Amino acid sequence: MSVLYALLFYVAFVLLVGGVGFKIYQYWSTPAPLKIPTTPAPTTRGGVVFRIGREVVLFESLFKSNKWIWLFGYMFHVGLALVLIRHGRYFQEVGPLLKFLQPFGIYAGFAMVAGLLGLWARRILVERIRYITGPSDHLILALLVGIGASGLMMKFVKHTDIVAVKVFFQNMMQFNLGALSLPGDPVLMLHLFLVAVLMIIFPLSKLLHAPGIFFSPTRNQVDNPREKRHIAPWAAEMEK
Amino acid sequence: MADFQTPEFREYPAVPNTLIPNATAHLSPFVAKPEHQEQLGFPGELVDNWEEKAIDKMGDLLGKYRSLRVYLDSCVKCGSCTDKCHYFQGTSDPKNMPVARQDLMRSVYRRYFTFAGKTLSKFGLGGIVGAREMNREVLDEWYSYFHQCSQCRRCSVFCPYGIDTAEISMAAREIMDHVGLGQKYCNEILGKLQKVGNNLGLPEPALKATLAEYGEEIEDDTGLPVRLPLDVKGADILLITPSADFFAEPHIDGLMGYAKVFHEAGVSWTLSSYASEAANFSMFIGSYSNMKICAERIRDAAIELGVKRIIVGECGHAWRVAYSFWNTVAGIGSGADENDVYAQKLQKQLDHSFKQPTHICEFTYDLIQKGKLRFNKAENDHRTVTFHDSCNVARGSRMGDWAGGQFDIPRAVIKACCNNYVDMDPDSIKEKTYCCGGGGGLLTDDLMEIRVKGALPRMEALKDVSDNKGVNTLAAICAICKAQFAKVLPYYNFPMSMLVSTHQLVGEALVMTGSEQEKELMEEEAEASEED
Repeated sequence: MSVLYALLFYVAFVLLVGGVGFKIYQYWSTPAPLKIPTTPAPTTRGGVVFRIGREVVLFESLFKSNKWIWLFGYMFHVGLALVLIRHGRYFQEVGPLLKFLQPFGIYAGFAMVAGLLGLWARRILVERIRYITGPSDHLILALLVGIGASGLMMKFVKHTDIVAVKVFFQNMMQFNLGALSLPGDPVLMLHLFLVAVLMIIFPLSKLLHAPGIFFSPTRNQVDNPREKRHIAPWAAEMEK
Repeated sequence: MADFQTPEFREYPAVPNTLIPNATAHLSPFVAKPEHQEQLGFPGELVDNWEEKAIDKMGDLLGKYRSLRVYLDSCVKCGSCTDKCHYFQGTSDPKNMPVARQDLMRSVYRRYFTFAGKTLSKFGLGGIVGAREMNREVLDEWYSYFHQCSQCRRCSVFCPYGIDTAEISMAAREIMDHVGLGQKYCNEILGKLQKVGNNLGLPEPALKATLAEYGEEIEDDTGLPVRLPLDVKGADILLITPSADFFAEPHIDGLMGYAKVFHEAGVSWTLSSYASEAANFSMFIGSYSNMKICAERIRDAAIELGVKRIIVGECGHAWRVAYSFWNTVAGIGSGADENDVYAQKLQKQLDHSFKQPTHICEFTYDLIQKGKLRFNKAENDHRTVTFHDSCNVARGSRMGDWAGGQFDIPRAVIKACCNNYVDMDPDSIKEKTYCCGGGGGLLTDDLMEIRVKGALPRMEALKDVSDNKGVNTLAAICAICKAQFAKVLPYYNFPMSMLVSTHQLVGEALVMTGSEQEKELMEEEAEASEED
């Protein structure tokens, strides 16, 4: 079983990195033939970095739009970020950053799940959002809630042997396949399985919004079309 | 009047509507005839293997437009945009929610271009990821609902990823054109522009006579020999303005306002009969190649006439095309590469100490800043003015040197010539402005119902300031907004006369040097000082 899980994670890792890497390459190599920043837009490169920064860190546009979606979405994403950082302890020695974030990371798990449940409730209760919600939207929420809930179970209900988990992942990372041994805890097994599924579907689903935002022309273009001629290679061909 | 109900004003500010599925499924514009299609290089009618052709074209566009690729992938269905579209607010049709409109195309994208959609569809499970086959039903839905989007980009302001439904609806129309299902209004007009030089098909002699008439009118009014020159070689400035300025009200008054400002500034300027149109509906149909053909008429006219500067009249989408796209598609602008032979041909001729192109509001604003224009604001004292930010100017372009100049400059121009100015609700102006309801190629009588319904949010905001702040004048800077409001205001019980062009306000208050108005003012002042 331990070897099977190791294999699953090898595959999931390759698909995640390869898939997202491919999508990023695809976005990168597809030209944006016209200047389409949503104005008012920054007139300098630095301004654009700041604009995208605000979108990524603060969800600025969402905040302008709808405070409830912003609140739940923000709780989930910040919670997830802290939890992910905290999970660094399974892959490396615990440094000062991890030590500092440790207490926040624990409660962030609750914020994350609460945010997800809030977003899910909106999908069911708000007519407009119910209309645009499809089966895959529910499934992804179920997956994330499943990951969060099983993780919280292991922290607050029934502890798992996290030292053994750490040893498992470190052996895995060193391709030390002979020494692999995961604690036989069903909650842990479920948690890890769902995480692997999430990694696999990441490049195949709407989770691509994560790299997507950096490539969004309405957000990442400098507003200077009069000052500098902007032309895509396929469009330049038309002038020859 | 038509066979539909004008929406009732909602309680203000409004709460999101309850959905009425398929409320406007019956609305779709007249289909382009073969001759309209073929003149733009599209098949005359729906081709036999159109399903396959449509998917091929979609693949082609996915490789050419990063926006399309990223936006079809990135939507998480958060719901942020769902209540932002004026057509949704006016119709309650859920397919007019931006995300649902995008999903009409995203579903096809998922079926044919994503691993999950392709794989699951093999087992009949495509529905899990919202994948749909391309079929006649889908095509009809596209034709209907992608012509209920004015590409105003309001949704993109509120999207956490900046997803712009305009990009999707442009791509959808480009695909439909390529399989032979085009929209009559846009495609017919583009044919006229490419053949004659303007959307109306107004030939040179008619244009010349019209312009002479307006010159005389201004002369009668001011006593000054103001002219609207046509095809003057060696003029410094080429004015490119929407052809509606030549014949429609209140557009004409705006045009006469520009003429007065040019005359007072003492500059030499001209219109071109070859390029007598600022509008470029190619943007609406998402056709890069047609946009280039139309813009090149302007480039050619500028080269032919030898002008140093290009100024654009009051028009929303035209200013977006001019400001954002002209440099790209036709090299009309600055900063082309030294080796860029195509662009340098015109750019070497232009005077780059000016913004190329310049908006007429920028030109007037600059003169005001330099103290070169004198206004008698009392001429507009019977008005309390509010300003409608055009969607394409507000969210697709800029004026001046600073982000947001497109909001400040027209307001500064209006305030320079009017004493009473009031803004509408902050949620309905500037970057959050509502489309007039007639943009994006929808300004046609066969879409009257969606135009009236889509105007609801703007009309509500107008009603608010009209009831509470005494606003009696609505100033616009877009030919489409003006034409749309002229038609739609009466549906909402506003008088059509409350609509003005921004440069109409300028023209009415401008005290030209040596004019009758100046003499009158001087007499009044002299009398006033005698009384003292």
